[in-house]
Amino acid sequence: MDMQAKKKLGLKEKYAHMTRGLGWETTYQPMDKVFPYDKFEGIKIHDWEKWEDPFRLTMDAYWKYQAEKERKLYAILDAFAQNNGHLGVTDARYLNAIKLFISGVSPLEYMAHRGFAHVGRQMRGVGPRVACQMQSLDELRHVQTQIHTVSNYNKFYNGMHQFRHQHDRMWYLSVPKSFFDDAFTAGPFEYMIAIGFSFEYVLTNLLFVPFMSGAAYNGDMATVTFGFSAQSDEARHMTLGLECIKFMLEQDPDNLPIVQRWIDKWAWRGIRVLTLVAMMMDYMLPKRVMSWREAWEIYFEQNGTALFNDLARYGIKMPDCVAQAIADKDHISHQAWATFYQYGAATAFHTWMPTDEEMDWLSAKYPNSFDQYYRPRFTHWREEAEKGNRFYNKTLPMLCQTCQIPMLFTEPGDPTKICYRESDYNGEKYHFCSDHCKHIFDHEPEKYVQSWLPVHQIYQGSCFPEGTDPTVEGFDPLKAVLDWYKVDFGRDNLDFEGSEDQKNFAAWRGMATKNA
Amino acid sequence: MSTVFIAFQTNEDTRPIIEAILADNPNAVLDEQPAMVKINAEGRLVIKRESIEERIGRAFDLQEMQINLITLSGHIDEDDDQFTLAWNN
Repeated sequence: MDMQAKKKLGLKEKYAHMTRGLGWETTYQPMDKVFPYDKFEGIKIHDWEKWEDPFRLTMDAYWKYQAEKERKLYAILDAFAQNNGHLGVTDARYLNAIKLFISGVSPLEYMAHRGFAHVGRQMRGVGPRVACQMQSLDELRHVQTQIHTVSNYNKFYNGMHQFRHQHDRMWYLSVPKSFFDDAFTAGPFEYMIAIGFSFEYVLTNLLFVPFMSGAAYNGDMATVTFGFSAQSDEARHMTLGLECIKFMLEQDPDNLPIVQRWIDKWAWRGIRVLTLVAMMMDYMLPKRVMSWREAWEIYFEQNGTALFNDLARYGIKMPDCVAQAIADKDHISHQAWATFYQYGAATAFHTWMPTDEEMDWLSAKYPNSFDQYYRPRFTHWREEAEKGNRFYNKTLPMLCQTCQIPMLFTEPGDPTKICYRESDYNGEKYHFCSDHCKHIFDHEPEKYVQSWLPVHQIYQGSCFPEGTDPTVEGFDPLKAVLDWYKVDFGRDNLDFEGSEDQKNFAAWRGMATKNA
Repeated sequence: MSTVFIAFQTNEDTRPIIEAILADNPNAVLDEQPAMVKINAEGRLVIKRESIEERIGRAFDLQEMQINLITLSGHIDEDDDQFTLAWNN
């Protein structure tokens, strides 16, 4: 037999075959009716063939490597379950970071799946459509693997059992939820900037890299594995976001101001959501790899500067909000933790005050802020708790109309004064946590007046279980709201000290290391 | 000049990849973190298929890196023989 194998196609050729020549000009219906959403934002595209996907992963390679990632992850999850891996974490306080993760972040992965499926359908160019569809599959994998991983903790600990129900209702979960809803309800190009650039490039590197490395440091092999497994896809997603920006800018000079505005908006939206990650890193990891400030400097300041230097040739400038974010890096994690501590009766996770040793670490990492502004307050709260007066704030805070975070941030340059901004629109007054959130609102007030703000909704009576009568004597509104959230009072919430999680973890770990 | 980086999970699959990167890129700086190895380089970083194959003694497809990749930064240029990260500034 004289069979000669033909030389295999190179990677670039293979990828070109997969992503080019698949589309066609429709004739039964005009193209603008088949793809109704890719022009209204004002982005001008002259040649979709100029799209260059940086990762040339063909479908056969995609399935092969994704399957291998899954096998690795599930092998670790099996070992984790068989070996009572949950008892290997440093300290049961750590579990509260996982509670925040499953309720705040994992549902966003599902929204990303839906969003990219939608955008993949709406872009008329074949290259971005293929890339978006692959990302859509990745995101579905992320939410599934995260739920499977965390289910191993949910068997033993409180606060995770209603993560999906709470994502749509809980006051602090409206922060990440509204970020995604904002992106999802924008046009396809803005969505690509919001998620492909801001969420993937700005947020996930900070969430999945130093935080997950921290999970490993705290003995949580299950979480670090799904985290790194997800992040290996994010490397592709980040480059997709970056490619989309370059593509828009190269297609038409008129796209520049639109893209710059989106970058400015979404950089700030992302930075505000990162407040939760900042707090997780500085307060919720009992063993710390690096402070929030250090992670921010590496992944945002250095890496972000490199990116913006690169985009400068298109005329893109570093967003103005970054200057404030840099000044804020000394404060946001402490201000957020102080807020959650006060509202610890209305959370589905436990809160606590740091130990002396932890406060010393915080002052070493935050020499310009911690001892001066936060240690005195935290020491006071701890002393009060020791005397039996654990402080729970029972009033409801005012929320920012744009980012939905309670008004907890301080004035730029004055960490002793809460920052308030306001705008009037159609005879109503709207409140903001910062100049940047106000600017975002002022540009699209029709959108943000519709925000579902948890505190407003509570006052309007929208957050009580069906059939609740708030006029009966002795009505306890906080209890009714927690019932509606499905927070199991006394088990899911309140201080870590004295919690069921704390007692169970100590008892079970004792059983694991001693003969009872 | 701006820094590019790439990070991998710490395991036996990535050890030869990291060795190859360090050998091929004199400007590369190793940063070992819990469960992860990050390599930083000023300007540019090249990962060569041949250098990895020399170390592992078998054929290697550069896309196998996907399995253990955590993150990266910079523009990517990827073909069958090498994977390059660089900033255009």
